Amino acid sequence: MNVAPATSTSELGKTVCAAIVIFMIFTPLNATESITVVSWGGAAQKAHEDGYFHSFEEVTGIEIQVTEYNGGLAQIRAQVESGNVNWDLVSVESQDKVIGCDEGLLEVLDDLELPDGPDGTPAEEDYLEGSLSDCSVGTITWSTIIAYNANSFETDPPTTMADFFDLEKFPGKRGIRRIPEVNLEFALIADGVPVDEVYDTLSTDEGVDQAFAKLDSIKDFLVIWEAGAQPPQLLADQEVLMTTAYNGRIFNAQTVEKQPFVIIWDGQVRDYGQWVIVAGSPNLKNARRFLQHVALSSSLAGVANRISYGPVRRSAWDLVDKHIPTGIDMRPHMPTHPDNSKNVLTSDAEWWADHKDELTERFSAWLSK
Amino acid sequence: MKPQNYSERRGRWIPIMLVAPLVAFIGVTFIAPLGSMLKESVYDAEVANTLPGTVALLTQTWDRESLPSEEIYRKLASELIERSTEDRSVIGKVANRVNRLVPGTRSVWGKTARKLKNIEASDFRATLIDIDDRWEELELWHGIRQAGQKFSSRNYLHALDLEVSDEGNVVRVEEEKRAYVTLYLRTFYVAVTVTILCLLLGYPIANAIANASPTVSKILLILVLIPFWTSLLARTSSWIVLLQGQGVINDILVAIGWVQDDQRLSLMYNMFGTLVAMTQILLPFMVLPIYSVLNSMPPSYMRAAASLGANPIQAFTRVYWPQSLPGVYAGSLLVFILALGYYITPALVGGTKGQLISNMIAYHINNNNWGLGAAISMIVLVSVMLLYLLFDRWIGINKLKLS
Repeated sequence: MNVAPATSTSELGKTVCAAIVIFMIFTPLNATESITVVSWGGAAQKAHEDGYFHSFEEVTGIEIQVTEYNGGLAQIRAQVESGNVNWDLVSVESQDKVIGCDEGLLEVLDDLELPDGPDGTPAEEDYLEGSLSDCSVGTITWSTIIAYNANSFETDPPTTMADFFDLEKFPGKRGIRRIPEVNLEFALIADGVPVDEVYDTLSTDEGVDQAFAKLDSIKDFLVIWEAGAQPPQLLADQEVLMTTAYNGRIFNAQTVEKQPFVIIWDGQVRDYGQWVIVAGSPNLKNARRFLQHVALSSSLAGVANRISYGPVRRSAWDLVDKHIPTGIDMRPHMPTHPDNSKNVLTSDAEWWADHKDELTERFSAWLSK
Repeated sequence: MKPQNYSERRGRWIPIMLVAPLVAFIGVTFIAPLGSMLKESVYDAEVANTLPGTVALLTQTWDRESLPSEEIYRKLASELIERSTEDRSVIGKVANRVNRLVPGTRSVWGKTARKLKNIEASDFRATLIDIDDRWEELELWHGIRQAGQKFSSRNYLHALDLEVSDEGNVVRVEEEKRAYVTLYLRTFYVAVTVTILCLLLGYPIANAIANASPTVSKILLILVLIPFWTSLLARTSSWIVLLQGQGVINDILVAIGWVQDDQRLSLMYNMFGTLVAMTQILLPFMVLPIYSVLNSMPPSYMRAAASLGANPIQAFTRVYWPQSLPGVYAGSLLVFILALGYYITPALVGGTKGQLISNMIAYHINNNNWGLGAAISMIVLVSVMLLYLLFDRWIGINKLKLS
């Protein structure tokens, strides 16, 4: 009884030693270069991985370590300020790109050479306006839209942004995200403010009051969501009549899960998905190579053929074709398709970087009253 | 005193040595962060250190009623150019601080710093206003002056929906901007209600477990513990499945005809859902301390009460209940304090009113506003400590019994 533990301890010791020796022998052989890429998880991340992560690994031999996060600059800031940077590339929201770039949390990329489009268009002309910046390289266009479950309407379904706020015509609950971004824009669009005047209107106190008053008119019927996975669930359960949602999530539910969901493209608020490099990235050279790979039209189309997030380069549009898992035509599902783009607002990241603190407080105050 | 022998002296040191690691651990992981949090909430030297000259001039020479002098504009311009050449990130941090005081001015800074580098200016006031007309706004200069104070109570004022008016008085902010006081009150209301509900539901269960036969009490105890071991998110999601409009409870009510299909009950996305889910999740913290106290109470006391002529109600109120109080206090304190810090459950099932004060703390920490996050946390911490002191004064902390 008292001998056995001694034996097992020494055996354990041997095993550990052996493991260390083996590890030391094999590590140099396996020490391929790698980069750490941080994204949001879910169907969209899968589309990026299949769309171009794997081809990057094949072409360069650089291994990609994928990590997930929930947005925000807190983790990037902690790494940069402690000087212990272990993320290389991060997919960030537009306003975080602006703030992070101003605060020196992100590498400046103004000297990064991006490949021309397949038709020879130089990168600067090929990218949609606003999808390239000093600190970021865009990948996809995505939109926040209104969606509903066709089973909830026998006749006359809603078709416009104004319908989302019309409780008389469409009595029932509405889902919105627990942040002021996009919701204030939606409220003004529904109130008849033309999309090109939305941010000018919001820059005045009266404009902000107008947006909150419009939201107030449906407040008693609001269901608040936090994560992008919730809206499709709320619609599937018919817990809400309509909800704001990310267009790719609804597309995924429509095609992969065969849900009878419908998107109202009117008044969509469009934004860009962007890659940034964390300042002080230990693999800066390889991270920049990654961005050059992302910029290939084939990479962008690789994503667009897996989820309905459109490419940010005009030249990649011609490569958008069939949805790889189901074979349906991707183009009519893209937020950038002409039929869907009749009334579009592009989110103004600079404006939100200026006003986010103030409006988030007011929005929470409004919600909790 | 008789001289201490070796073993006695050693006997005194051993307990101290044994607790030393814990004391060190608490010092490093609890006391030190608390101290630094307290400091964060009142001290911020970012603006003062980046623009020392400008801040000094604004404090000493500016009349605060008209635009600052050309000298101040020139000083600001030179400090902006100098600092942004050394380290491009510091201007962003200043912008961040000032934007909190004067919303909508963040982008002024980066833009001005970039453009100034390519301009040979003589009249700096005109040049700055030309770059961005927000340099003509008094409010922005007030913001810079205020942000330049290293020590300030602005985070605490902000966290209590107060501000310093132009006349220098502390006043409440405009009605539609008041965010925090409602949230503290709601958080306390939720915590108190959940504690009462847990007590009403938990006491009979604890009593049943303590007095049932060993087999039954084991089964009951397991039933209390299994949810306790289950992930918080899983339990919250299960409540969504049960409570939602097309959920299990509504389906059953419709099936047995108590509720019309088009008039399903709103059981969640309101306060009801929050209270139900939080009560269920926190119930074990009430049941276990009460159970452990009841379990160690000799059954002979109740028999004695009965044999002395007390009816069951008298026996309960005068013998059983008073003896169970240490468990009730402990359970209530545990549930109350845990409920104060909850935010995932209310956020998921609480609807528009599901935001509690912890959500705002998390928001500000994530957005690098450590000062405000720390101030809110300190206000919550101090309120809890006051309640604890009141509890000690009225009831006595030594009456608390966890097992």
